[in-house]
Amino acid sequence: MSRLLVVFVALFGLAACGEKEQVVVYKQGKYQGKPDGRSWDNEPLAYGNAKWTKGDRASWEAEIKARNDTQNENKRIGN
Amino acid sequence: MARMKFLCDAERCIECNGCVTACKQENEVPWGVNRRRVVTINDGIVGAEKSISVACMHCSDAPCMAVCPVDCFYRTDDGVVLHDKDLCIGCGYCFYACPFGAPQFPQAGAFGLRGKMDKCTFCAGGPEPDRSEAEFQKYGRNRLSEGKLPACAEMCSTKALLGGDGDVIADIYRDRVLRRGKGSEVWGWGTAYGPGRPGAQPPQQPATKS
Repeated sequence: MSRLLVVFVALFGLAACGEKEQVVVYKQGKYQGKPDGRSWDNEPLAYGNAKWTKGDRASWEAEIKARNDTQNENKRIGN
Repeated sequence: MARMKFLCDAERCIECNGCVTACKQENEVPWGVNRRRVVTINDGIVGAEKSISVACMHCSDAPCMAVCPVDCFYRTDDGVVLHDKDLCIGCGYCFYACPFGAPQFPQAGAFGLRGKMDKCTFCAGGPEPDRSEAEFQKYGRNRLSEGKLPACAEMCSTKALLGGDGDVIADIYRDRVLRRGKGSEVWGWGTAYGPGRPGAQPPQQPATKS
């Protein structure tokens, strides 16, 4: 009987101690069930300098990288 | 594939709180909620004072996400950790789990009722339609969808706070440290930025007399 109780506690008592994998899954406009858009699925601002093709992740990432490089003052002043 | 991260250079941060102000202004964060703050150690001690700007670090294995009882968190393709305020119940578990104290809770009423959690979104908005008024009201500006980077990092006057693709900002920081000739002795350097050549170890700290 006590052995059965131990098995019961092990099975159900520790059931909440598991940890789910934190993987990114984007399906039908949702991340793990939460609705959200992706940055590159937007048009660039009409009055901004940023240029990328809507829906093209690579071009958006290239734009972000170029913007990121402006945080490097050595590159910015050509040093 | 971009993986968004923040990195703060303690050698450069001058505790001006420009990043805090930029965040507050850009996202119209309510009174009492600080998505970003500057932490200073050894305050006032000449030569020993160091400051860093802290906010959500958008962890690759986020503890807030692991403990949330209503599973309101999610990670985007860019590695940004966001949450859905419509699901959040304001329980505060994420606050206890977060090593950076990033989750913030608006307090209201005579008994200090805890509202829904608010935190840095890496200026990436939230579950509402991108650039919509509803998104701005709940989560603040969605700068990533405009091809911009977080306001705090872009506004930093000394460029102590770097924000963007982890690989790019690590390159910027590594280049900076090599130029100034120190920094690589910092604990964890090799893990974060690589040893430079295969098998190389970071230089040992000189022994200090107590």
